[in-house]
Amino acid sequence: MASASQYFAAQVRWRWLEIAFWLCALLPFVVTPTYLSLASQIAITALFALSLDLILGYAGIVSLGHAAYFGVGAYTAGIFSKFVWGEPLTGLFLSAVVAGIVGYATSHIIVRFRHLALIMLTLGLGLLLHEAANSAHWLTGGADGLQGVKIRPIFEQFRFDLYGRTAYAYSLAVLFVCFLASRRIIHSPFGLALRGIRENALRMPAIGAPSRAHLRKIYTISAVLAGIAGALLAQSTETVSLEVLSFGRSADVLVILILGGAGRLYGGILGAVIYMVARDQFSGITPAYWYFWIGLLLVAVVMFLPNGILGGLAKFFQRRT
Amino acid sequence: MRKILIGGSIAALLIAQAASAQQTVKVGLIMPYSGQFADTATQMDNAIKLYVKQKGDTVAGRRIELIRKDTGGVAPEVAKRLAQELVVRDKVDILAGFILTPNALAASDVSAEAKKFMVIMNAATSIITTRSPYSARTSVTPPQLNESFGTWARKTGIRRIYTMVSDFGPGIDAEGAFHRAFREAGGEIVGSVRFPMANPDFSAFVQRAKDLNPEAIYVWVPGGVQPAAIGRALSERGIDPRKTKVLGQGELTEEEARKSMGDASLGIITVYHYDHNHDSALNREFVKAFNAEYGGRNPNIYSIGGYDGMHLIYEALKKTGGNTDGDALIAAAKGMKWESPRGPIQIDPETRDIIQTVYIRRVEKVGGQPVNVEFDKIENVKDPVKARMKK
Amino acid sequence: MGSLVGVLFDGFAYGMLLFLLSVGLSVTLGMMNFVNLAHCSFAMVGGYVTVSLMNSFGWPFFATLPMAFLAAAAASVLLERTLYRRLYRASDLDQCLFTIGIVFISVAAAAYFFGTVQQSASMPSYLRGSVELMGVNFALYRAFLIGISLLITIILIASLEYTRFGAQVRAAVDNQRMARGLGIDVDRSFMITFALGGGLAGLGGALAVEIIGLDHAFAFTYLVYVLIVVAVGGLGSIGGSFAAAMVLGISDMAGKYYFPWLGAFLIYLVMVGLLMWRPAGLFGKR
Repeated sequence: MASASQYFAAQVRWRWLEIAFWLCALLPFVVTPTYLSLASQIAITALFALSLDLILGYAGIVSLGHAAYFGVGAYTAGIFSKFVWGEPLTGLFLSAVVAGIVGYATSHIIVRFRHLALIMLTLGLGLLLHEAANSAHWLTGGADGLQGVKIRPIFEQFRFDLYGRTAYAYSLAVLFVCFLASRRIIHSPFGLALRGIRENALRMPAIGAPSRAHLRKIYTISAVLAGIAGALLAQSTETVSLEVLSFGRSADVLVILILGGAGRLYGGILGAVIYMVARDQFSGITPAYWYFWIGLLLVAVVMFLPNGILGGLAKFFQRRT
Repeated sequence: MRKILIGGSIAALLIAQAASAQQTVKVGLIMPYSGQFADTATQMDNAIKLYVKQKGDTVAGRRIELIRKDTGGVAPEVAKRLAQELVVRDKVDILAGFILTPNALAASDVSAEAKKFMVIMNAATSIITTRSPYSARTSVTPPQLNESFGTWARKTGIRRIYTMVSDFGPGIDAEGAFHRAFREAGGEIVGSVRFPMANPDFSAFVQRAKDLNPEAIYVWVPGGVQPAAIGRALSERGIDPRKTKVLGQGELTEEEARKSMGDASLGIITVYHYDHNHDSALNREFVKAFNAEYGGRNPNIYSIGGYDGMHLIYEALKKTGGNTDGDALIAAAKGMKWESPRGPIQIDPETRDIIQTVYIRRVEKVGGQPVNVEFDKIENVKDPVKARMKK
Repeated sequence: MGSLVGVLFDGFAYGMLLFLLSVGLSVTLGMMNFVNLAHCSFAMVGGYVTVSLMNSFGWPFFATLPMAFLAAAAASVLLERTLYRRLYRASDLDQCLFTIGIVFISVAAAAYFFGTVQQSASMPSYLRGSVELMGVNFALYRAFLIGISLLITIILIASLEYTRFGAQVRAAVDNQRMARGLGIDVDRSFMITFALGGGLAGLGGALAVEIIGLDHAFAFTYLVYVLIVVAVGGLGSIGGSFAAAMVLGISDMAGKYYFPWLGAFLIYLVMVGLLMWRPAGLFGKR
């Protein structure tokens, strides 16, 4: 390992496993064409989990209220299509911007705290936003959800169809682009600084890395990605309800990320795939008690694969070699 | 020769399979089987199973197959995806169930696009049936109940009332409907308050109401744990339903709430479209069968919505001779009239929503237990919101 | 003025209930740094034990309370000895995931064995209704709740301050390594504290049936409120939990009385405000 740039170059190089993974993501179009709606929702959740990984896995900020940005993105996309224009890509861009602004604003509060206070603050802010959305039912439709969301076909060509083809293609494409961006960020000096902050926040300023500024930056980026995920959901399903801002959604994505393995870039995506497929399958078998089996899955993963599935697998392979 | 034989048997098998597939009518049930609303799904599903058991699983020469999907609670994107999968993968002919409004609205889009007959067995918001021309509802809408109630309340002499509702969609709708009708009939609303949705403790709100010393109080809370909590709060803060009239929608005095409140519930007046104590032979039979099948538990509004919904499906199929085409089924459903355990009901041919009798009940002690006793009724109530939308 | 007193009384009672539900989590989290999100499952155990004993076996209410405590304490110890021990070294996130898995399992089990219907049990007649004093209505059940909670608080604080076991617990909370170094059997102290915390949660669950209701999803629904009390009060502090539960219960009530349009906002605003002012909690050390 000669120089810093060589180190980064080695990190950034694509491993064949990664290429294989993304190629496999195209399989559902051919192999399971009736599962594309589920696939698109998995892709959206994967993007949401990826956004959480940026702050949790890499910067060490544990958030129980990340759904706030997801929800802001979803409602922005929905409200934009209802009152202004139903074109999806402009809506997506606008949602990213609004979520980013909200993320930037809250980041000033968030980065000043650590440990349990930080977790509870994120929880509190998320709950407050949920309540606000419920009260503002003239804008959000309240508990019945936002009505009148109509999305135009992408590029005026591809309608959001009953089979979910357009939805999956759209979500997958956006996920991939955001993934590439995240990958770039992580394997950069900035990303390395974040990991330093995660390990020892007190020492970082001593070596010249402005902790708080870095944290605010990554928090904003994370909010942008979460907002994009929310907008994707609103657009591909033409529905937005208060649930997108709920504590349940924040808790779910946290569970998914930990399940897959935080701090490994693919953890969120893997976690989303496994959790949502498992839930769908269990739900089909026992609609009333599927969460028993999911609970068992979570317990088993922690017992046998510490640090999430990817973490456990990494340890397993390390021991072999 | 062998090729012809093999080809022939394969063809025969395919034809047989296609034919048998044609013989079943698949009904997709989308409900929150898990999560905080699980109990409503349990009650509805039980009534559906009872109906199929009583009437058999064959209708118009075709077998009914039920496919159950869980939404887990309020999750419109999941409901929509499940509806899509039911249509595309399981090839259902009819979509049914639907306890929660956002889920029903999302699935309506699928019903409209795929032209599938859809029966809404509980979700109550008025506009739901306008989202798909193939949907019909067998439950109730809050304006049906609350506007009738407002008019009735004024008619029976209440002049000034204080209202307290939960701050979310159905509660606000109920408040709006009640206020509108009560005022139109000449009454005065002396004050109103909205409680936050997740509200473990009602004391403060009840005290505010008491401070104003109103003639009557109108309460709306969603079913589950809240009715009993507010009932107890009312009694703890010293509001006696026999002196200050306490009015509410039926959830307030549903079975679990009455059991929990005990004598504190006596005297509460509510409006609803069904109670298991309704005095008709048909209902007594229904309740008896339900008790026998489900461990003594009584049916509630979710059950009756499911039971009548299945009846609608069966009768519509009989009318179309087993044809599951969406247009045929909805045409058959429109205007259908029958006697349900709750009373006489009809599917409005214009709005495809339900027309039914709305009952006013008071909680009284019967046989040592507090029970909803029907003492007044308003017949043939249509959904007033859609009626106004037309004009 | 009278109505304010009534509202404050009810808020105090509600706060006491939150305290019982949360104190165990605060102490075990502070002592062993073990994130036990399944804490409310123990509360559920207590609640269901009370309801079952009263409805199916006709036990009187008071007799079921010690049973609720013991059952929940036993469940805590069982879980701790068999599963939780292996996770003390695990990361916070893994502990979270594991205990959430336990919550899922417990909620499903509750739904399976007891159904999804809301549970209720008839309180004895001398606890029902209210008594009127100086023009204010005081609910008897709430008075009882306040009485029991204050009694328990006094016992807890006294045992913490004046018994040897209490001293060991305080030592372990303050500095675990040092405590071990002094020969204190931290593991045993922890097991007992865990059992106590779980038992108290179970008692809280049993008492909660009448006030906030019990259904199979209880372990999820109240987790948020318990976490709020623990965070605002400060980890490892009984006094902190008490103060936090008080503040939250009363501000929730008073807020709803004076500013009903603020509704649920108030409790979250109070939490956010208090945490920003005192990130380690009102009485917290770290």
